Amino acid sequence: MNGAMEFLLWTKGPMFQIALGIFAVGMLARLFEILLLGRATNHAEARAGEWLPGLRTVFTRTIPDPGTFRRAPFDVLVGWIWHLGFIIVLLLSVPHVELVAGVFGVSWPTLPNPVIDLLTAITLAGLVAALLHRLLHPVKRRISIPQDYLVWALTFAVVLTGYLAYHRLVDPYPLALGMHILSAELLLICLPFTKLTHIFTTVFARWYNGAAFGRKGVRS
Amino acid sequence: MPTLESIAPVGDTDTDALPPLPGPLVPLLHEVRYALARLIDEGSEHRIDLHALPLNTTLIDQLLAFIGRGEVEARIDAMGPTRIHESATPGVWVVDYRDADDQRLALHLEIASVPQILRTDRATLNAGLQRLDAGLAGAGDPSPPS
Amino acid sequence: MAATQTLAEQLRAQGVSRRGFLKFCAATASLMALPPSLIPRIAEALEAARRPSVIWLSFQECTGCTESLTRSHAPTLEGLIFEAISLDYHHTLQAASGEAAEAARLQAMRDNAGAYLVVVDGSIPGPEANPGYSTVAGHSNHAILMETVEHAAAVIAVGTCAAFGGLPRAAPNPTGARAVMELVDDKPIVNISGCPPIPMAITGVLAHYLTFGRLPELDAYRRPLAFFGESIHDRCYRRPFYDQGLFAESFDDEGARQGWCLYRLGCKGPTTYNACATQRWNGATSWPIEAGHPCLGCSEPAFWDAGGFYQAVSVPPRVNAEALLGAGAAGAALGAGTALAARRFTRHEQQQREPVTVEALEKRL
Repeated sequence: MNGAMEFLLWTKGPMFQIALGIFAVGMLARLFEILLLGRATNHAEARAGEWLPGLRTVFTRTIPDPGTFRRAPFDVLVGWIWHLGFIIVLLLSVPHVELVAGVFGVSWPTLPNPVIDLLTAITLAGLVAALLHRLLHPVKRRISIPQDYLVWALTFAVVLTGYLAYHRLVDPYPLALGMHILSAELLLICLPFTKLTHIFTTVFARWYNGAAFGRKGVRS
Repeated sequence: MPTLESIAPVGDTDTDALPPLPGPLVPLLHEVRYALARLIDEGSEHRIDLHALPLNTTLIDQLLAFIGRGEVEARIDAMGPTRIHESATPGVWVVDYRDADDQRLALHLEIASVPQILRTDRATLNAGLQRLDAGLAGAGDPSPPS
Repeated sequence: MAATQTLAEQLRAQGVSRRGFLKFCAATASLMALPPSLIPRIAEALEAARRPSVIWLSFQECTGCTESLTRSHAPTLEGLIFEAISLDYHHTLQAASGEAAEAARLQAMRDNAGAYLVVVDGSIPGPEANPGYSTVAGHSNHAILMETVEHAAAVIAVGTCAAFGGLPRAAPNPTGARAVMELVDDKPIVNISGCPPIPMAITGVLAHYLTFGRLPELDAYRRPLAFFGESIHDRCYRRPFYDQGLFAESFDDEGARQGWCLYRLGCKGPTTYNACATQRWNGATSWPIEAGHPCLGCSEPAFWDAGGFYQAVSVPPRVNAEALLGAGAAGAALGAGTALAARRFTRHEQQQREPVTVEALEKRL
């Protein structure tokens, strides 16, 4: 009878614990595995330091080189737009900051809701464009595996349900909010076991790249 | 020599001095205009409850200022006051229903020749007649009503 | 017992004039969000309406709902509508007591079979619960409810306890409390939730029933849309501050003094549907958010179990930090174990490696 509210309380209570638990186990297992395995020992004599070039690359790779941009302007531009939108909405909207404050006790300033709303709409449009491009571009379609579509759907579901909840487009409202929280939890659960892991591994991967180049005395 | 019909009623008739009309009120006034045209053509009356519309007090004040005041004003005391005034547009009435604590119950724009609440219904007329007869009988005039 | 008088006669007998009656109709229309063009029809219907018999059942409740309804200032519309029904049974308000009171209920049920309204406040220990948790005149709440609703025209669940179970149903629900709609499934049911509900919402539903002889339009929780159609958040006068990101962080900071949004202080306005923001309380004097306190969400299902009153809507009720840390540690150990096993395997393979030269290979071939 109180279905929607019970659903919301389930997503906020037991399901949230389960999702956080799976995420914690999965993500830490993967990170520890990756970090402890390290790289194969390089027996060649180092020509320069590893640390500085590694750290530099972590940041420089964020901006694509002109060649990449010329070859794939769509991927660079749309990718940038929706990633930025997603991160800003995730980190700077009031309910999200309150969630972090409630669970971890730390908080930071937020953005006004109309700005968050606009960024959400842009992110949604960006994600749709990215999917269309993946489906219509012959090469991208060929190299896509089912997991790519799963990851897209998980990400899209989180943003879409958030948008629906904010605009109260689902009745009753607890159902809308519950759907948003549940889709975020599904994303969290899948994160350690899919390509979504890049949220955490990007930094290490770039550092390894930069460090390897640095050791050889090459700019990356 | 002007005829009786050509004499304009007293009130805010100067259209040049109208206060500005905020955007959300424009469709509302079109509804009023349409209702007024129907009142003239078909004699059908219409009411809009401003209290039930999502208008804040500022917008309601701006609307009331825009439609102005005509020459009629009335007050009814029944379960608290009801204040009525004609707008500068004859046939468009503002009826403000309030409870005994002067809290607004409803605020109507009524498009009619006379607001309904001012008209006296048959049962009340009969009651009035009986009361008058009783008064006359009490005053020693036993002539029966014909 | 329901009098044979029509409502118009009833009001006239109370000295309400024709114009007072028309005003009553205008206010009813406004209250129920009906177009004012319906007023002549409302007047016509109400003139001919007979006083319906109402049986008010009080179960696991605190009488707050009755207080809410009877604390309205006279002479009000609520009062008039309340006068317009024939309240044949109500623990708190009826003069009769003991056997006579129960006899009045049974009499009203017999005389108005199929036509009377049942109003319920309070939750009911379900059929599987110990019936002794709450009894009236030696009968369990459940038995009385089922007996009374059998020939009712409709059931109105007043207050969050009757509508959703409320406080008695909060975990661990020791009395097995249930909502009316969980127990009655063959009658039209209206829920007027709130702790207590807004008096105008109770009378508004009664007025609608008097006027049209049926129940008003309902939402997914069977609550009248005229009162529960919009969230507190969407009708809140502090909403612009939410949109601008201006929040009171405590009850005595600058934001609280400036009247900023109470979201961070735990306001449940976003998930709560009620008419407090428009109808307000105590003769339209004020309402909780206007008084500077966040909405508790009292008109929603499970509001006692929906997390802390002073925690934002988005915050989960509780996070088991130890379990989470444990999970993290287990994950770390698992990852480390895998990595170390892999390294050991590699080292072992390296040690087992037998270098092969081209000459040796050629010899072997």
